[in-house]
Amino acid sequence: MAVMTYREALRAAMREELRRDENVVLMGEEVAQFNGAYKVTEGLLKEFGPKRVVDTPISEAGFIGLGIGASMLGIRPVMELMFWSFSYVAFDQIVNNAGNIRYMSGGLINCPIVIRGPANGGTNVGATHSHTPEAILASHPGIKVVCPATPYDAKGLMKAAIRDNDPVYVMENTILYNDKGEVPEDDYVVPLGVADVKRQGEDLTIVAHGRAVITSLKAAEILEAEHGVSVEVVDLRSIRPLDEETVLASVRKTHRVLLVEENKPFCGVDAQIAYLIQSRAFDELDAPIHRVSSVDAPQIYCKRLEDQQIPNPARVVAEALKVLA
Amino acid sequence: MAEIIDMPKLSDTMSVGTLVKWNVKEGQEVAFGDILGEVETDKATMELSCTVPGTVLKIYAAAGAQLPVGAPILAVGKKGEKAPEPSAPAAKESPKAPAAATPPIPETTGVACVPPAPAGGTAPSRPAADGTRAKVSPYARRMAEKAALNASALSGTGPGGRVVARDVAAAAAAPAAPSGPVNVSVPPPADGKGVQTDGDLAVGGMRQTIARRLLESKVTVPHFYLEVEVDAAPLMAMRESINRRLAEAEGKDALKLSVNDFILKASAEALRQVPAVNCSWAGTSIRQHGAVHLSFGVALDDGLVTPVIRDAHAKSLREIAIDAKTLIGKARAKKLTPAEMSGSTFTVTNLGMYGVSGFFGIINVPNAAILSVGATVKKPVVDAHDRIVVGQRMTLGLSGDHRVIDGAVAAQFLQALKKSLEEPTAMLI
Repeated sequence: MAVMTYREALRAAMREELRRDENVVLMGEEVAQFNGAYKVTEGLLKEFGPKRVVDTPISEAGFIGLGIGASMLGIRPVMELMFWSFSYVAFDQIVNNAGNIRYMSGGLINCPIVIRGPANGGTNVGATHSHTPEAILASHPGIKVVCPATPYDAKGLMKAAIRDNDPVYVMENTILYNDKGEVPEDDYVVPLGVADVKRQGEDLTIVAHGRAVITSLKAAEILEAEHGVSVEVVDLRSIRPLDEETVLASVRKTHRVLLVEENKPFCGVDAQIAYLIQSRAFDELDAPIHRVSSVDAPQIYCKRLEDQQIPNPARVVAEALKVLA
Repeated sequence: MAEIIDMPKLSDTMSVGTLVKWNVKEGQEVAFGDILGEVETDKATMELSCTVPGTVLKIYAAAGAQLPVGAPILAVGKKGEKAPEPSAPAAKESPKAPAAATPPIPETTGVACVPPAPAGGTAPSRPAADGTRAKVSPYARRMAEKAALNASALSGTGPGGRVVARDVAAAAAAPAAPSGPVNVSVPPPADGKGVQTDGDLAVGGMRQTIARRLLESKVTVPHFYLEVEVDAAPLMAMRESINRRLAEAEGKDALKLSVNDFILKASAEALRQVPAVNCSWAGTSIRQHGAVHLSFGVALDDGLVTPVIRDAHAKSLREIAIDAKTLIGKARAKKLTPAEMSGSTFTVTNLGMYGVSGFFGIINVPNAAILSVGATVKKPVVDAHDRIVVGQRMTLGLSGDHRVIDGAVAAQFLQALKKSLEEPTAMLI
């Protein structure tokens, strides 16, 4: 199996789907000639030409609308947002039009669009470039949201997203782009709505998504080595559809739960997960559910403070020990 | 138009009432003033009189049920009319009321033994021994049910003493370790029966009131204690003489004075002489009471009540004895009204009949003091001529509220009381 970066895994997914289906096109600011703001689409213009890999003006509302219109006519656009923070200028297209057209057309019109790009803080780019809107988007019925944490999941989820007939929004992470991992070179998909137990454990379940999974895995190692605690880490992978059963099965195994996400805590994804667990597995809980989220403030520009704002292994270990008290 | 009658609020502090019994049945005609049944409050058992004439359509609450004030208990309307569905049976529950799921209380004992929940069932949260809710994690509770352990009785090692899974696992793994009423390591008696059934007793209004009021007194009132020994021989001689004469004069239904009657009379007289004790702490002032309203403890099977003899300072020994007898009768029949149990200025409690030599009661707030009467015992005493003779001695304990009275005032009161009891003929004047 090949070892590749998260960035290369995403590119491989898009390349394979561009080859597999002639209706797949890439669009976005600087995806073609500049090879992508973060080089995710590097080389794809050269391989597939300007009809399949299209540079757009700096107008998210305009080009996302273009992509939605194209998708309603059978094209499968993969739209790049330079940051998911910029989705907010295209919110009406992303949420209202893409999210509702299948419902409002009585199922006659599909919208098989993929919108992808980085959605993370931690890179010292300030409050307006560091949003993690998976909770906001997933709260809208009709929209699917995935957050790959590893190169393997990045490729598998991207391919599943492109093949899905509904809008699927892929939250990437610039800090993960250089992470390496084993990725099959052949065709595979990671189905939407299937979580993954990234580490088996007995004493505590950590539920996380996106880069928080990597942080939690590091914390789990510390907890095992320094505190003798066996931690299970469940990676949601897909926020919506949500794999409730994998989460609940782990809760039934360990009876103690810590939820970790890089979202701000208020109305975060983990607020929903906490509700799910107490609702469906109340009698399995041996302690209250705790959460580690980003500190509830606009993203802090100061790098050293931002490093503390986002969940890090030390914060996760400290909170895990409280759950285990 | 049918009307629903709710559990009435029969005293200021009542939040729940127990339906002791029903005098009426569904379908029965009732008129204004008919006694429908009896309700036990935190203070007394009271009659429930009919305020709506008609036919009893539906009885919502069975005898023995404990219900919050405002809960529907029966519906009265026209004969043949359909009984209305109570709109929100438990919604009117007052905030202080315990959960409506309180088990019904059988009439016979006044208390119900709640058996441990069957394995696999959903056990309600039970109060811990100190009245606070035992904290048990949901998972630990379920584990305990499976292992037939009482999770509430285990000592919790989780945050704030919460019983968590490891505590239940430890208890289940070590069945010999005594960790609660369910896991008793002591071998059972030969007949296999314990001294009583394991389990928690539901408590009625009276026990709740005792618990609340006495805890409040003991933790908020600065008690101090004085003790004095009284020569009871003259009192005993006088009592015997009076009772003999009363029996001769009035036959078998004659009034018979108890030692307690003399102590009540002597207390009233001592309070007249030292009125500083007939006071109450009123937050920022001391409230003086002109009249002496004497409260005394009456032990019942399931608790204790303290009826009040009004204006004891103005009553003769005979009047006090008759009042006391009447009140004791009502107390035992649970017929005391809240008015007959409130407004006391001083309390006398007596355990002499049980052979207790001396003790100190907890002050019955807002009284300034409580007198605790021990048994009259024969013992060697030194008489006025320095000879050791057989004496009859009674020990009196006084618990005082130091906010209201100081030791010297309490001592003067005991002096006056001792004098009155040792020279009892003055009580007859």
